[in-house]
Amino acid sequence: MQPVNPYVLSATAIDKIFPGAKALNRVDFSLRRGEVHALLGENGAGKSTLVKCLTGAYRRDGGHILVDGAEVDPRNTLEAQNLGIGTVYQEVNLLSNLTVAENLFLGRQPKRFGLVNAREMNRRARALLAEYELDIDVTAELAAYSVAVQQVVAIARAVDLSGKVLILDEPTASLDAHEVAMLFRIVRRLKERGLGIVFITHFLEQVYEISDRITVLRNGQLVGTRETADLPRRDLIAMMLGRELVQEVTAQHGPKGEGGDVRFRFRNFGRKGHIQPFDLDVRTGEVVGIAGLLGSGRTETAEILFGAERADSGAAEADGRVLDLSSPRAAIREKFGFCPEDRKIDGIVGDLSVRENIALALQARRGWTRPISRSEQDRLADQYIKALDIRTTDREKPIKLLSGGNQQKAILARWLATNPDFLILDEPTRGIDVGAHAEIIRLIESLCEKGMSLIVISSELEELVAYSSRVIVLRDRAHVAELAGDQVTTAGIVEAIASSTGRADA
Amino acid sequence: MNPRYLPLAATVAIFLIAYAICFAQYPNMLSTRVIGNLLTDNAFLGIAAVGMTFVILSGGIDLSIGAVIAFTGVLLAVLLEQTAIHPLAAFVLALAVTTAFGALMGVIIHHLEMPPFIVTLAGMFLARGMAFVLSIDSIPIKHPFYATLKGVYYKLPGGGRITLIGGLMLLVFLAGMLIAHRTRFGANVYALGGGAATARLMGVPIGRTTILIYALSGFLAGLSGIVFSLYTSAGYSLATVGVELDAIAAVVIGGTLLTGGSGFIAGTLVGILIQGLIQTYITFDGSLSSWWTKILIGLLLFAFILLQKGLIHVTDRRRRYA
Ligand SMILES: Nc1ncnc2c1ncn2[C@@H]1O[C@H](COP(=O)(O)OP(=O)(O)OP(=O)(O)O)[C@@H](O)[C@H]1O
Ligand SMILES: [Mg+2]
Repeated sequence: MQPVNPYVLSATAIDKIFPGAKALNRVDFSLRRGEVHALLGENGAGKSTLVKCLTGAYRRDGGHILVDGAEVDPRNTLEAQNLGIGTVYQEVNLLSNLTVAENLFLGRQPKRFGLVNAREMNRRARALLAEYELDIDVTAELAAYSVAVQQVVAIARAVDLSGKVLILDEPTASLDAHEVAMLFRIVRRLKERGLGIVFITHFLEQVYEISDRITVLRNGQLVGTRETADLPRRDLIAMMLGRELVQEVTAQHGPKGEGGDVRFRFRNFGRKGHIQPFDLDVRTGEVVGIAGLLGSGRTETAEILFGAERADSGAAEADGRVLDLSSPRAAIREKFGFCPEDRKIDGIVGDLSVRENIALALQARRGWTRPISRSEQDRLADQYIKALDIRTTDREKPIKLLSGGNQQKAILARWLATNPDFLILDEPTRGIDVGAHAEIIRLIESLCEKGMSLIVISSELEELVAYSSRVIVLRDRAHVAELAGDQVTTAGIVEAIASSTGRADA
Repeated sequence: MNPRYLPLAATVAIFLIAYAICFAQYPNMLSTRVIGNLLTDNAFLGIAAVGMTFVILSGGIDLSIGAVIAFTGVLLAVLLEQTAIHPLAAFVLALAVTTAFGALMGVIIHHLEMPPFIVTLAGMFLARGMAFVLSIDSIPIKHPFYATLKGVYYKLPGGGRITLIGGLMLLVFLAGMLIAHRTRFGANVYALGGGAATARLMGVPIGRTTILIYALSGFLAGLSGIVFSLYTSAGYSLATVGVELDAIAAVVIGGTLLTGGSGFIAGTLVGILIQGLIQTYITFDGSLSSWWTKILIGLLLFAFILLQKGLIHVTDRRRRYA
């Protein structure tokens, strides 16, 4: 009798060539039944491209794909779905103009007498989401829900489609710890059922928590596949970067600048229904961290500081002068900058080049009547492409052709280019690889040294601790605690979040 | 209320208010006679507008339908006057031609990745040109079968009539609603309008759906041409110029988002009825220039585009703070 083939999916010598770039060069990848296989690599390494070649979203230029030992050639995502491969892609995953249920069952709606049976579809959608502890109105448009909920819906759809293989391309980027834990429970259950699961992420903790094997790509080439248990974190990072990382971000850092004098004062600043009024002082050259669970009012705080939502109480002043923060435009004029969390929706202008995307905010501040000269734009773009290590063939490439992480870096560059006095960063390191992660944190520190005041929102507490001189903790849309000096530790923040939510027992 | 129903509700409200105003001035406007005429007079436009609704829902546009209607009319006139072919066979032939024509435009839009605006603009010139090639004169159709068909109607209490073509329009709307909301094809149309790239990743057969959408629009334009030829008993290559724009107006006034992805077939029916109502009012009044129809429709269009902008703004906020 033939030995049973342990591989549910195997790909050999996959090639993918984009104009001007070889995104994949003879990459091998194999996935066992019942394993979680982490696919890792720097931003632009080719992870998403490999996934898309496997699911037929891209036509590969060479190589073979076997599913259950039989050669397949999915020409579009529908064929891959029919082969039992369910995928959560990195970019926008679902259609916000359809209802939740329609999104879940698009293309496989239950039918009765040849017609779509909406009642049955909604019933099944509710049942499906119940597994994810999501009790929402499935007949409402997806647009009505937060990014995190949309992400869970995308995952639920992919899981439901995956008879054999589930591919998750950075699914946890917009989930909080609770939702990640839930996702992992589901992944473990699928694993027991014998599915092969491909998991892409930049959170190395999650890799070690859930994966059995790791495959690393670099510059479109396979670096190697290892058992997770046999691969220490240091070696993994070296495999990814092709060099030793001088220092990973840890809580152990030198003393942080406490900053100079208080420069920005917000008094009783708030907006009904969004964030309760708060007081906040920010010094020159200081980083104030903002921590809290998803939905605790972190983004709302940022938006009100930037005028994306107009404050209906309190006032803001800088150097004793009252600030006009009534709209983002006004805030930009006051030399404020805001790099939003949801860059997929609020950030990139896909068809514009990397250069144009970087120059956008600076141009907006100068007004469209005073265009930035081309040579100045080129200089800016080159400077930030280098400083943030944005992987692109050249600065004129349309930004939508960059990898997800590199798009994020370009948006960060856009705001840095305005050289603001007060910069708000909402999750600046989401989706960014370990190497660039360290770069960005160094950058934040050097901005401070130059006297910029920063507000940084992050769910990665170690990172917050590394650069913040103070951390504000939020809960239920109110500022509930402020940690300073020695109190700024990961444990301290966790405790502040837990005690203030009363979920310490959870 | 779910915000997606808001434009539809606004359309219905405007229609009811407009009708109430008309009724207050001319109580006769509520008679079944007027209602029956409203349906008959707008039947060809309504049928074509159903096709247009699908196209716009998918994020496209079809500028060829006015020309296709005229072409169908001329084709039928030529066939019926110069050959012995039975009208029913001629109908089938005409529908086959226009459906294939629409499908061809869909193929070009999908496979050559050309903007629908350009492709259907070319289609418009082509169809109009073909109509001229067939005949430049207005050809009356005197086939007895036409008289028979025109004699078919359902008599309403009060003396009004649902004619064959008026009833056909209602049927087409019903079928359109069923297709849009109760079939997978319909869901795919909305998906395409929501974002082709995302829809593709979700496994929607983009090519097949696009081709089917334009084929459907071509089919309905052909059907509309048949109805128009029954309505006028003639075929003329210069007829129905600009009907595609009237159809677009009806779709937008009916609450469908011009950028695609959101709207209802039923809304288009109300949009058609609003246009018809304005026209009827002007006829009743007798002293107003018929251009007032255009002016009022222009204003309504503006109002609806503003409403849509406002709605997008509101849903955006809801999303961010949900
Ligand atoms: N459609 C495209 N056209 C041209 N180049 C592309 C296209 N898609 C991706 N690339 C290039 O291919 C390379 C690999 O991109 P890919 O998206 O696979 O990276 P990734 O490993 O997923 O990175 P990230 O962690 O940032 O998501 C990048 O250099 C990117 O610029
Ligand atoms: Mg990627």
